[in-house]
Order: sequence, then C-alpha cells, then structure tokens
Amino acid sequence: MKLSRVSRGVLASATGVVLFLIYVPLMVVLVNSFSTSQSLSWPPPGFTLEWWGKAFQSQGALEAVGTSVQVGIIATVVALVLGTAISFALQRFEFFGRDAVSLLVILPIALPGIITGIALNNFFRTILGVPLSIWTVVIAHATFCVVTVFNNVIARLRRMGTSLEEASADLGAGVWTTFRLITFPQLRSALFAGGLLAFALSFDEIIVTTLTAGVGVTPLQIFILDNMFRPAQAPIVSVIAVVMILVSIVPIWVAQRLAGNEKVVR
Amino acid sequence: MNTTSDVTSRRDGAAVPPIRDTAARRGSVFLSSHPRARLWLLLSAPLTWLVVVYIVALVALLITAFWKVDSFTGEIQIDWTFDNIVTVITGSLYHVVTLRTLGVALAVTIIDIALALPIAFFMAKVASPRMQRILVIAVLMPLWASYLVKVYAWRSVLSGEGILQWVLNPFGIEGPGYGITATIITLSYLWLPYVILPIYAGLERVPDSLIEASSDLGAKSWSSIRLIVFPMILPAIIAGSIFSFCLSLGDYITVNIVGGASQMLGNLVYTNVGTANNLPLAAAVALIPIIIIFGYLFTVRRTGALDNL
Amino acid sequence: MMKAKSIKATGLGFLAAASLIALTACGTSSGGSSAGMLEKLGDNEGQVNILAWPGYVEDGTNDPTVDWVTPFTEATGCKVNAKTYGTSDEAVSLMKTGEYDVVAASGDATLRLIAGGDVAPVNTDLIPNYAGIYDFLKNKQWNSVDGVSYGIPHGYGANLLAYNSDVVTEAPTSWDLVFAADSPYKGKISAYDSPIYIADAALYLMNTQPDLGITNPYSLDETQLAAAVELLKAQRVNVGEYWSDYLKAISALDSGDTVATTTWQVIMNYLAQPTAVKAVLPNEGATGWSDTWMVASAAKNVNCAYAWLDYIASPEANAAATGWFGEAPSSAAACDFREDCDAFNAGDEVFANKLWYWTTPTAKCLDGRTDVTCTDYAAWTAAWQEIKG
Repeated sequence: MKLSRVSRGVLASATGVVLFLIYVPLMVVLVNSFSTSQSLSWPPPGFTLEWWGKAFQSQGALEAVGTSVQVGIIATVVALVLGTAISFALQRFEFFGRDAVSLLVILPIALPGIITGIALNNFFRTILGVPLSIWTVVIAHATFCVVTVFNNVIARLRRMGTSLEEASADLGAGVWTTFRLITFPQLRSALFAGGLLAFALSFDEIIVTTLTAGVGVTPLQIFILDNMFRPAQAPIVSVIAVVMILVSIVPIWVAQRLAGNEKVVR
Repeated sequence: MNTTSDVTSRRDGAAVPPIRDTAARRGSVFLSSHPRARLWLLLSAPLTWLVVVYIVALVALLITAFWKVDSFTGEIQIDWTFDNIVTVITGSLYHVVTLRTLGVALAVTIIDIALALPIAFFMAKVASPRMQRILVIAVLMPLWASYLVKVYAWRSVLSGEGILQWVLNPFGIEGPGYGITATIITLSYLWLPYVILPIYAGLERVPDSLIEASSDLGAKSWSSIRLIVFPMILPAIIAGSIFSFCLSLGDYITVNIVGGASQMLGNLVYTNVGTANNLPLAAAVALIPIIIIFGYLFTVRRTGALDNL
Repeated sequence: MMKAKSIKATGLGFLAAASLIALTACGTSSGGSSAGMLEKLGDNEGQVNILAWPGYVEDGTNDPTVDWVTPFTEATGCKVNAKTYGTSDEAVSLMKTGEYDVVAASGDATLRLIAGGDVAPVNTDLIPNYAGIYDFLKNKQWNSVDGVSYGIPHGYGANLLAYNSDVVTEAPTSWDLVFAADSPYKGKISAYDSPIYIADAALYLMNTQPDLGITNPYSLDETQLAAAVELLKAQRVNVGEYWSDYLKAISALDSGDTVATTTWQVIMNYLAQPTAVKAVLPNEGATGWSDTWMVASAAKNVNCAYAWLDYIASPEANAAATGWFGEAPSSAAACDFREDCDAFNAGDEVFANKLWYWTTPTAKCLDGRTDVTCTDYAAWTAAWQEIKG
C-alpha cells in the first residue's frame, strides 16, 4: 500500500525497537545459560558450557519435558475436538444462549489462573474426591485450551462459507465424507495454528498446573519452579528455556507456511 | 438430480459407485435434514465438558465465600454467613489492592497496545510476505520461553546490578528497581505477543484498496490511518486488550518476583489459600476480579471484540 | 413460542442452580481423618512422598557431593519423591491434600497439622534411632500432645541477621539494623514473608519497649500485636522486597539489592564466594525453628515413611542433613560426623532454650496469662496482609 517514505521509516524503526525490547531479556537468558554464576546475577562473572552438558543429562529435566509434551498433546487433541465442534455450532447455527456459550468458552482463559486453579483443585479433591494426577492436569489444560482452537477455527469458518460443502452434499456425499474431504482440508491450517497455540499455552502454564498436578507429576514448568529454588540448578533452567525457544521455531515456521498458502490477497 | 440407484459416470469415464443404504448413510440423511440434531451433536460434548468441569468448579468455589473456616485447623465449616463478603467490601486493604491492580492492568494494556500497533501495522501492511513470515515467527517465539524464565530474566535486568542500571549509570539515572513499575514493565513484556496477534489479524483484514482510495481522495497517510483503519481494527484492539487486562488482573507470580514488597489481587487470593488456609476468604476476594472481568467482557461484547480473539 | 422457550429456559435454569448448590454443599468439606498410630511395621511400599524445607532431602541433583537420599533408597528400596515449600503455611496447606507421607514441619506448623488431623502420632518404639536423639528436644510443646509424640526432632537453628559488610561497614549487634525507622538503607532491607515474622518484631519490642509486657513473642494480646504491627508497618517503608524462597534471598544478597535481612545459615552457604555478606546472632536473641519429621495420617506409604524417619535420625544422615542446612543436629552422635558442631551450639541445652522457636500463636496465651485472650494465627495472618498493604 502507498505510504510515504517517512511513514514507512517510522514504522520500520518502531518495529525494530519493539523487537529489540522483546529479545533483550531472552538474550539475558541465553547469556545466563553460559554464566558461571549460579544465582543469575549480572554481569556474568565467567563463561562455561557446564550447564549445557548437565541439562541434557539431567534426568529430572528430561522427564519433565516428556511429561509436559504428553500433557500438551492430549490436552491439544481434546481441545481440537471440542473447539472445532463448538466453532461449528456457533458459526453455523442460531440458537438461544449463543452469546452465553461463546462467553463460556472464553471464561477459563479470561478468569485469573489462580481462580481457575483453586476452583479445579477444590472440585477434584473435595467434590469428586479423586486424587490429583496427570489426568487432572490434562483436563484442566484442555479446558482453557479450547478457546485458542475456537478462535482460529471460527475465524476460518467465517471466511470459508458453506458453498463448497453444500455442493458436496448436492453431489451425494454424506456428512462425514463432506467433512473429511471438503471441510477438513480447508480447516487444516487453522487447526494447526490453533493446536500449536493450545500446545504452547499448555506447555507454558504454571499456576493452574501447580494446583492440579498430583505428587510425582512434574511438568516442565513445575520442574523450573522447583529448581529455581536450587542455586545449582538455576542455570540449567536457563538452558532449558533457550532450547525451548530454538525448538519452537520449527512448528511456528510450519504453521506460517501452511497459513501462507491460503493467504487472503491484500 | 441423480437418484440413489443410478450409476453415474464422471467425465473421465470412471464410474461413481452406487450409493448404498448403510446405517452411516441413513445417519447422514437424518442429520442433513435435521439441523437441530446436528447442533446438539456438536454442542453436547463441549458444553457438557465446560459446564461440568468448569462452571461447577467455579460455583463450588464461589459458594465457599459464604462459609467459614476454623482458624486453627483449617477445616471448612458449612456455616452460612456474609462475613467474608463484608470483610472484602469494607476492608481498606482490599480497596487499596484492587485499585492498585486495576491501575497496573490498565497501564499494561495501554503500553501493550501502544507497542503493538506500529509493529502490527508494519507486519500487516508494509512488510513483504517473506518479511511478514519472519516477523510473525519472531513475535511468536518468545511465547515458548517459559513464563517463569522470562520473569526471572527481568528480575536480573532490573536488579541494582543488572543491565538496565548498567545502561543508565553513565546518565546518572536511578533505575526503577523492584516494585510496581517493574511489575508493569514485566507484565507488558509478557503479554505483548498476545496483543500483537489479534491486532495483526485485524489489520490483515483491512483491504489495501480502502486505504488507497482514501489517499487518492487526498488524505495524508496519518489521516487515512486515523479515520479509516483505526475504526475498523478497534474490535481487534479491544480483543488484544482483553488478554493483557485479564491476564494482568489475576497475576501474582510476577509481582512476587519483580514486584518488591507489593501485593496485587492475585497475591491476596493466593495467600489466603496457601498461607491462611482460608478458602472462604480467598473465594470472597476472588469475586473482585471475577466481577471486574465479567463487567469488562460484557462491555466489550457489543464492539464485536470477542469475535476477534 | 418465545414464552414457552423462556419458561422452559428459566425452569431449566432453576433446576441447574438447585442441583449445583446441592452438589457443592455435599461435596465441599475437606477431610481430616482421625489419626491412628502405626502398631507394627510391614513391608516397604517402594516409594515415599516427602514434603520438606529446601535442602532437607538432597539426592545429589543439586550438588553431586550432597546426597543422603540415594543411600536410603538403596538400603530400603523406597524411592523418594520430594517436594519443597517456602513457608510453614504452604506446608500446612499442602499436607491437607493428603498426597504426602512425611513432612518436615517447623513448630508453627506442627500444632496446626495435629489439630487438623493431618498427621498421626508416631510410634517411637518402631524407630530405633529415636533413642539417640537429644532428650531436651523430645516431647516438647510443639511436637507432642499430652505426652504423645507426634514426630522425630530434626535440627534446630536460629534466624540470623545477614548484612552486606561492604555497605554496613560496622558489624551490627542488634536487630536495629532492620527495624530502625529512618534507615540509611531504605529500599534495601528485606524480611521473611510470613505472618510468623511478627514474632521477630515482638522479640525486638521485648527489648526496646519492655513496658508492653511481652514475655513470649508468640503470646501477644491485642495491644501487643498492635504495637508489633506498627513496628512492621514502619519497617515496610524501608523494605525492598520480602522473601519466602531461597533463590530470591540469595540473588538479592548476591547482587546487593538486599543489604540487611533476616536469614538462614543455608542461604549464607549458597552465596557466591567470595562474598561480603555476613551473618550474626544479635544481642536481643532471635526466633528460630526446631523441626520435626511427622507422618501423615492418611499416609499411603507408611512403612517407607517410618523407614525414612529412622534413617534421618541416624547419626550419619542427621549430620549430613543438618550440616548442609546449617543447623544444630538432633542426633547426639551426629557430631562425630560434623566439624562445625560447636559453631551451632550442638547439644547445648541452654543455648537451645534461648531461641524462640516458631510455634503457632493461639487464643489461649502461650505464656500462661489467663486474664487476656491472645491473638491467634488467623489474626496474625490478617495483620500480615495489612502490613504488606
């Protein structure tokens, strides 16, 4: 679009500044992962690769990552199913209480995590009487991850329209076939983006997780919380963070590619 | 219209298989002609889940606000009373903390929107497609660094011996140290990607042609942006604000780590659950952010922001 | 049509609301089973869930040379799942979940746990190493009720005054350093983030305002509590941040963000060397803690729990654990394995009695007064939140 040179320049430099601000603390984390100081003090007194070595050998860290991945995947799958179903219901139908339902979907993420956390903790332990375990964490995560899938899918559904599906039905395809061959491929990138955000949300969530995880269930964030208590482990936590950021480039890039193929023309 | 028993042929000569009368087929037919049935099929699972898991849990928690707890043992007694609600409404501690928390949430929201607008605009309208992709990745990547790690990184940055002080020293300025300012800075940092994304999505939906038409009619860039683009992306901006406002309102970990000696609403809830073992009072305090957030959501519903999340 | 719909909707709504209330009314009452004492040891279950202060249950992941858990697991086959907490209040709250078998509780948590039915009496006959514990630690007010022992004493230590000698050039001898109103170190003072810290203020007032009549810092009537609260509110102005987790305290002391604070010896041990931060025990005396290992009343792994209690009371393990944390040991023979026993006044009953160990304030005055009602922990908690503001 036509914008004056000055405007472009201003915007570009503003973007640069914001990006710089976003990455400075992450640079600090990166430097801390090489620092010889065990208590994250700045400037680092010296540099060492010790923590990187230890992090990859740390049994606790690897198990924690595994737990988080497990929880994330199951919660994401559940959120995908529930989120897609609700998106269809809300976008394609008019019914009494429609607004209430859309509010309901947002609530788990809009209300403070501490409230969701103690509500669920109370619910599981005292009302249902079930002990906390990895499944209580999964249920909690799935509940607030629904909204990320919901947002992406409903946005896509709005753009999609129903003409292709109607054509497919006209040609004799059943409901499931239509969904499988027509609707799903169009939704794929939205599902991927929503699922990715849901996974990221589940992976990074700390408050609800601490309140719903049973003893012995240690997702990554709880491992980090526990080990920030321990000076000798603190730099390992920095290493984990750096690895997580680097690893995340791949799925984000893939999501972008998928979305890019279906870009709306400017 | 082809009937179910005809064998039809496609253009390339292959035959389309006859349609069989299976249970699945009958199900499809039923669903196609009964939209209500489709609706219930879609809604039942998620609605049951959300109501049973979330609403029941929430109500159960809020009901305890009307009960009491034995102060020594921590056992909850089902003794209906308004005491906790009265304590929360009249206690000056709660007034002060609520106002402080609201102030922080608003400040964080304003800062985030101010920072997000230029970068979202650049990403959506000015950057090339390749640059756009890179920028989106660049904005999303920090989401994957653990929340705790980011907050501790800020603790390190804001410390008396941290980077910020090191940068400010030659100018003789004293850094903010730990406290409410530090909390605002850190929270703004944490929620920034969540604010950028909806605004970016909203901006993408604004067709370039409108802006070009506006400039063709003689408006300068800034006027076009102000009068054409801005009203169109307002719902998206509000959607972004929902994230930063709601997330800041209930946060207690960041305050614990960089907030110095300050407390926010989340801390009051947390300490009442953890320290005081007083779930009824915690539930009563929890009512404050819940009411505020509900109020906020209802107000912005009209603007269509909820569709832009 | 609309009317029918809305009537139906309201009807459903009422039904839903009513069933919700019924459901929650039935559900929400936290358990607290009556505690029974174990009569006989059975087979070890294979694992044990322990809740303790950081540094109490070290398994080598922190520092490969610091590990007394692995020998335990090898000897008994009980895998240890440890969880750490930052304040006694967290400990009480976590024990209510029923997920832990063993807890290392300080005196301000023990009585609450006993009263709440979260811990069971301990059958000391089943713990051979109990005999080797110093007698002056056994069956005290905070770890026993009517002569029934509720746990095995662990070490005891004091809350010290830490100060940065580069900034506070003259070595302090009094808690004045953190309580003085017009402090030159404004913004760099820190204090322990728990209502129990009110006792520290009361201890200071015992010396500076003797006409308040405080004889026991945990036994405060309304007037005395108000005075302590005022002192703490004055201190609040100078406080940069409160601490309840180690890393915060350590990083703040290391970086110089905190110049004076109450501290534990173990925090001093973790500071980056060389350090200008030193710790002293001021003239007024100090509050302290004497910890007790207790068994949960609903412990799933009760045999492994007893195995742990016996193990941690054995001289070598006791020496390792208390030495690492920086406190006096509870096992008399532990000093054979430690060189720093004298520094911690190990076995010194007189010294041990000078410390004001954390204990839970109750409405019934702990100093024996019957003419007034003392403030209980709930009042202290409310006061603490007011102080922080």
